[in-house]
Amino acid sequence: MKLPPQLKPLPAKQFNQDCARHLLNRAGFGGTPAQVRALAGMGLQGAVEALVDYQDRPYADAAAQDFDPDIMVPLTQQEQQALAQARRSGDQETLQKYERERNRRQAADREQIREMRKWWLRRMIESPRPLEEKMTLFWHGHFANGYRTVEESWNMFQQNQLFREHATGNFARLVRKVIRDPSMIKYLDNDQNRRGSPNENLSRELMELFTLGEGRGYTEQDIKEGARALTGLTFRDNQPFFNQGAHDTGRKTIFGYSGSFDADGFVDLILAKPECPRFICEKLYRFFVNDAPEGFTRTQEAFIQAAADHFVQQKGELKPLLKAVFASEHFHHPGNRGAIIKSPVQLVVQAARQFHTPVRSLSVLSSACELMGQNLFEPPNVKGWDGGRAWINTSTLFTRQNLMVYLLTGRTPRDQAWKASDQGYSALHLVDAVRGAGDRVDPPQGVDWLMRCSLATPPEAARTATILQSLTVRGMGMDNHGIIEALCLITALPEYQLC
Amino acid sequence: MLDPHAAYSRRLFIRHGVTLASLAGTIPAFIQESALGMVSQAVGNPGRAGVPEERVLVIVQLGGGNDGLNTVVPYGSSDYYAARPTLGIQAPGGTSRGQAGVALELDGTQGIGLHPSLRGLKQLLDDGQLAVLQGVGYPNPNRSHFTSMDIWQAGSTNPRGEGWIGRYFDNACNGTPMPEGAVSIGPTAPLAMVGKVQKPINFESPDLFRWMGGDVDAGMDGAYQALNRAGVLPETAPRSQAAFLMRTALDAQVSSDRIRAAVERTPLTTWPGSDLARQLRMVSAMIRDGMKTRVYYASIAGFDTHAGQLGAHARNLQQVGDALLAFQNELKAQGNHDRVLTLVFSEFGRRVAQNASGGTDHGTAAPSFLIGSAVRPGVHGQHPSLRDLDNGDLKFTQDFRGVYGAVLEDWLQAPSAKVLGGTYPKPKVIRA
Repeated sequence: MKLPPQLKPLPAKQFNQDCARHLLNRAGFGGTPAQVRALAGMGLQGAVEALVDYQDRPYADAAAQDFDPDIMVPLTQQEQQALAQARRSGDQETLQKYERERNRRQAADREQIREMRKWWLRRMIESPRPLEEKMTLFWHGHFANGYRTVEESWNMFQQNQLFREHATGNFARLVRKVIRDPSMIKYLDNDQNRRGSPNENLSRELMELFTLGEGRGYTEQDIKEGARALTGLTFRDNQPFFNQGAHDTGRKTIFGYSGSFDADGFVDLILAKPECPRFICEKLYRFFVNDAPEGFTRTQEAFIQAAADHFVQQKGELKPLLKAVFASEHFHHPGNRGAIIKSPVQLVVQAARQFHTPVRSLSVLSSACELMGQNLFEPPNVKGWDGGRAWINTSTLFTRQNLMVYLLTGRTPRDQAWKASDQGYSALHLVDAVRGAGDRVDPPQGVDWLMRCSLATPPEAARTATILQSLTVRGMGMDNHGIIEALCLITALPEYQLC
Repeated sequence: MLDPHAAYSRRLFIRHGVTLASLAGTIPAFIQESALGMVSQAVGNPGRAGVPEERVLVIVQLGGGNDGLNTVVPYGSSDYYAARPTLGIQAPGGTSRGQAGVALELDGTQGIGLHPSLRGLKQLLDDGQLAVLQGVGYPNPNRSHFTSMDIWQAGSTNPRGEGWIGRYFDNACNGTPMPEGAVSIGPTAPLAMVGKVQKPINFESPDLFRWMGGDVDAGMDGAYQALNRAGVLPETAPRSQAAFLMRTALDAQVSSDRIRAAVERTPLTTWPGSDLARQLRMVSAMIRDGMKTRVYYASIAGFDTHAGQLGAHARNLQQVGDALLAFQNELKAQGNHDRVLTLVFSEFGRRVAQNASGGTDHGTAAPSFLIGSAVRPGVHGQHPSLRDLDNGDLKFTQDFRGVYGAVLEDWLQAPSAKVLGGTYPKPKVIRA
């Protein structure tokens, strides 16, 4: 297999611990110094394969089986009749009974979606297959559906599992599944898209946000005709369902091609357009390589186009594309280190994984993500999260810094005085690599090492000096307490927000 | 009386004089500019009341869908009482036969009153500071709280990008955000305040708007401050992500100092103890401090009264009326009442007919309020018909974007068409 020159791999001997850390941060959520060293030891190709070919590494997640699919189960025919009867006769007692029951179910369902948020965060923190979770998060932000519209936690969970199953699979197969997914059908009203009274919502977003990009290679007329092709895709009993009677079997003209296209015919036409791989590769580039706040440079454009060509050549398979990107010299270029602002989820999960802090309370972590602007299962709208600099303002910056204090010390703003010994976190392993005689860690060396392990870019000497001085003037060394305080300050650095 | 501008600029000069000296070379331009701007203003023409740059907009959001018909009560209509057998509020002067109480007079000729708990608003009305905008809504109303709130906050029936206040700043400021331009109170920044470039300062309570590592060990504070107030390091490329973060970190420290100092001061008047009053008290303190904030945002939830509406709705409205009255009184005591306009809205009203649970379900058009000495007091526009309904719901008579247009053009003196994506009929509610 010949790669385009822009995707040329990094020379194998240049793959060192800094490269391995960068790779693990981006293709996953970072890791401890020991994990980084182990990854570096695998060599470039070995490390990339270990991350991408994760299916060989089993991960059984029992907690997922605890979710109840039937909380929002619709009324039986009998119940519907009883309710209608009560409405007709003005039977207040019965009406109120049904309303109470509905309220109870909705409250239980909202509780379940909160549990699902915690479950997914824990999964991201614990999984030995971090890329699987990272790509699931990518697809969640790409095919963005929100619970507040779908109003059924089980649908969000099903969709999450769908994203996970196809996380690094074939893009075309994923798109065909997603347009049939009950959550997506509800979110974009395709259950109301019927022959003779089309609803264009799914057709529009399918092209504008999911495959081609806004205004790229389609017209309003294509949206209308595409909507007809999607008629009849709906759901029943929380499963995809094709309602033949609602499907418009007539002739449609899409992108200038005429035929009696159905949903998959429409998808095939879209995926054959060159705008599609280009659009997906741009989004993957911003997610994995550089979030390019001021638009793409020529070099970046060329890399993205080469990736798109490779993606086409690989018939829309994501694994070879991701492998080529993660191994490329471009990905490892120093200019792409620290070129992405961590999403709130990345911040939380990476901190827990890289410092190996206790998870503390998943509820606190989950609400902190919401405060920082990334509530899982609740993207702001169908465009997903804007990401990049939109994550950061004066308020979210304080929340980000304070969340790190919480992870490192277990302290929340309402707590009283801190007792370091009580917080159940041993950070000593983080400086194992710089232990000298008698296992002693020299503070200057220790602080410098912690900075290198924690930051995406080489630390500025002035920063290291300030933090070191804060410890030494107070007579602190590299014991557990000293390491935790050093980390409190390192994670409060503006540049700590970079990945 | 006190001259807040002169007092502030002296304090600012002292405070920032120190900051400038200690951070020479790395300070972002806006601090120097704002410090100098305040100083020259104080030296030149201090109390320039009414000058547009000094005008402040305060937005109060009633979350959950406030029942408009029981807020501004059409007591002259028999249809109202037919639709609301137990929730109907009696005409002023009547005796309270039901539990819903007796309305306060708003406009006797139209047969329109205020909810009995809105004594605060009634006083503002009598004082010539309250305008009621009737029938505010938009075409094809959406009855989902979230979608309709997004529509109101985006100022667009296709809410996707930025908020209307965010776009106002983006258009007014030539691509440079205005530090401290927009301040919202609550756990997260409301969409309304978020622009492409302009971002609000947002905090729930000022003691959380700061780093808490110093509470863990005060010994860390010095280093934290040094690291976060250093601004853009000389080695850092000015347009890089790192530089952006370093600038934001410095902004955060400056705003945090500023806001916490402002709200620590004892207010000039007495305030009720409610949460909305707490928020508006902080807003009044920031106005008093002379912050260059143009738009503040406060909110109260709990208006989603599907069942047993009477007590809950009365308590909520009382909180709103009392807090808004206290806010105006405080502004008056400060001498800032001519500078501030307050807009009160909810994402939708409720259905005309009450439901089986003594509550009301999600509806459509409802009244909004504008408060301040610049408003033409009284009732503006037509109450939507209680007979000509759209599937049991009121038809709007005033597009909400027209209300925004009036606020933007007649108060903030900014063109509205770009912000709102078009022009909408504007109520003549703000005095020129």
